[in-house]
Parts: sequence; C-alpha cells; structure tokens
Amino acid sequence: MCLAIPAKIVEVDSQNAMQAVVEVVGVRRKVDLGLLQDQPPVVGDWVLIHVGFAMSKISEAAALDQMRTLMMLGEAAAAIEEVRGYGLGEGDVEHPDKGQNHEIRG
Amino acid sequence: MKYVDEFREPELISRAAKEIRKLADTNRHYRIMEVCGGHTHAIYRFGLKDLLPANVELIHGPGCPVCVLPMGRIDDGLSLAAQPDFIFAAFGDMMRVPGTHGSPLEYKARGVDVRIVYSPADALKLARKHPEKHVMFFAIGFETTAPSTALTLMRAKAEGLHNFSVFCNHVTIIPAIRAILDSPDMRLDGFVGPGHVSTVIGCRPYVWIAKNEGKPVVVSGFEPLDILQSIVMLLRQLRNGESKVENQYKRVVPWEGNLAALRAIAEVFELRPYFEWRGLGFISQSALKIRGRYAE
Repeated sequence: MCLAIPAKIVEVDSQNAMQAVVEVVGVRRKVDLGLLQDQPPVVGDWVLIHVGFAMSKISEAAALDQMRTLMMLGEAAAAIEEVRGYGLGEGDVEHPDKGQNHEIRG
Repeated sequence: MKYVDEFREPELISRAAKEIRKLADTNRHYRIMEVCGGHTHAIYRFGLKDLLPANVELIHGPGCPVCVLPMGRIDDGLSLAAQPDFIFAAFGDMMRVPGTHGSPLEYKARGVDVRIVYSPADALKLARKHPEKHVMFFAIGFETTAPSTALTLMRAKAEGLHNFSVFCNHVTIIPAIRAILDSPDMRLDGFVGPGHVSTVIGCRPYVWIAKNEGKPVVVSGFEPLDILQSIVMLLRQLRNGESKVENQYKRVVPWEGNLAALRAIAEVFELRPYFEWRGLGFISQSALKIRGRYAE
C-alpha cells in the first residue's frame, strides 16, 4: 500500500476519460485518473500510481528514478505484484489469496 | 539489500556524507525526525545511519499507517466481518496485523470472507460483482491513500451502490507532528518531511513547524542520495540559524500539492474530534471520518 509506482499511460478509455491503461515494466493494468482531473494525463505521460489511482504526473526521468528506488529497496517485485493485482474485475476475483505474501512493512 | 559501494552514485553519496560531517557542529547533538515510514524503511535498508556522524541522530516518526492503528480498530472491523453475506476487503499490509481474536488472515482461515485488494476501487468492483453480499473496505492510510478512498466512495454513491461501505481509519500527518512537538520529552531539531503524503498536501501545511516552532522541514525523496541531501539541507539551515520549509523532492512534489485530491478528501471526509494512535495515544483532530452524506 505504501508503494508509489511509476507507470506510463498507454491508453485512455474513450468511453470514460477517468480510466486509463498503464504499463509498468511490461504489465498492463487499468488505473483511475480521477485524482488528476485538473490536468488529465494523455497517452505517453508518466504518472505515479498509488493504490490503483494516478496521484501525480512526473517526468520520464523521475519515473525511472522511482523505479530504481523500488528496485534498490527490494520492492520492485511487490510493485509489479500490486499492479497485477489491480482490476479484480478482470477475472481474478475468485483468487483472493493471491498476494498474501505481500510484505508487511513497518 | 544494497550496500554503500553499490549505490548508484557512490561519488555523490560520499560527497553528501562529507558535507554532513562538515556542517554538523561537533559540540552539538542533532535529532532529526523522518516522519514517513517509507523513509525509515529506506534508512535501514541502505544503512544510511552508518554514513552519519554520531552526533546526527535520526528519530523514527509516526508515518506508518499500519503501525499506528490501535488494535481496537482492527477488532471492530473484524467483528463486522463475521456477519453472514459479508466481505471484508483490505490491503495485503493489514492481513497479518493481529486483533484481539486474531488477524484478518486468521479470521479468513476460520471461514470469514476476507479478501486482499490492492485498491479501494477493487473493493468497489467486488461489491458490483456480488450484489447479494455487503462489501466493506477496511481503509487505512495517510493523505496519500485517503483521496483514493474518497473517490471510490463518490463513485459508489453516484452508481447508487448500497452494498458497499468503508470502515474508515484514515489519519492525517500534521496533528501527529504537532503532538510530537508538544510532548515535553521530545526535543527535535528538524524534520525530513514525507514524500508521497506531500504529493497530496503539498508543502504549505508544514510552514507552521518552521515559522512557529522554529524547526526546519525538508520534504524528501526516497533514494539514499535524496535522504542524505535532505539532511544536508536541514543542517545548513540549522547552521545558518534559519527555519524554513524546503522541497528536496521537487521532481515529484508540487508546492501546492494535488488540489483535486484535496477536494475529494474534503468532499467525503470530515475531521474526527480525536483518534487513538498506537504508541502516541489520543490526538485531537488527527483522523478522518466519513461525512453524513456518504455514510448512510
């Protein structure tokens, strides 16, 4: 939950401008853009995602920095697992155990 | 685990460490609090303490939402979860946190429907998918997470979804800092300000700490170099007798924060008169509760 994950916007939903598909090291998932409605990101922009919501627009350099920080902290795997976990609607609702080894921090 | 010689920019790291030694007055002991649990994690992981002189001490702050949650909140949430046709949804971070009668995971083992979600929006999806059940999202987190919970509740209300609710444990960071500053036995010289909370609240809410309390604040990123640079900036202010708010993490944190996120918080939540923090006790106006129009 405490991870801020850098991701690239690859698609904005044409029906609902508050939904976008992002990519994080090859993993694609839907995220919510509602918290960036004042300056909606477009395809190709980089954002920081937190619990499935894009929180801030960042530069590509800052995104790469952030990914490196996660890797240095040993949390890149947890970040990818979190991104994979977004979008329970896409068929994995019935496997709630997925991710139970998610690291508890603090 | 990374060690110092594996840092991305060992040259810059050692330069920052040297600068810290130069700025730290050997006749003085510095106590700097890193507010955010993420910073604490990074400091341990990178062994940053070993790069600091003995008279620059880092004090760990209250900024871990899981750690500050009192057991009573978990008990209350789990007692609701045991009802029939009920789904208890929470972040993975919560799953092993013990309540009086067990953790969410142990409740699950006893047959309670406990689900891990990575986003409050996914808890809402569960509610759409299971109209015959009630889904309760056990919300935790500081201002980084609160806007996402708020937006999720706004979406649920707009859809007229009645089988979704939020058990709200959101807390706010500023009152916790105030409580720490008010505590008579806690002498601090400055703060490494939280990074991702500040993407939401910006830097302005820290100004009173610098202006009224005379303690410098530097909002910091999470890389080892970020944290060391923030300590350099704090020590420089202390040496110059200054006390202001600086933003080391400009590449991510805008001074004004995220206004859309703050609007979502204000729309859905109001302050609680008080809330209990594990380890800190009751703190006035330190947590958020759901406004009547979203609470039903």
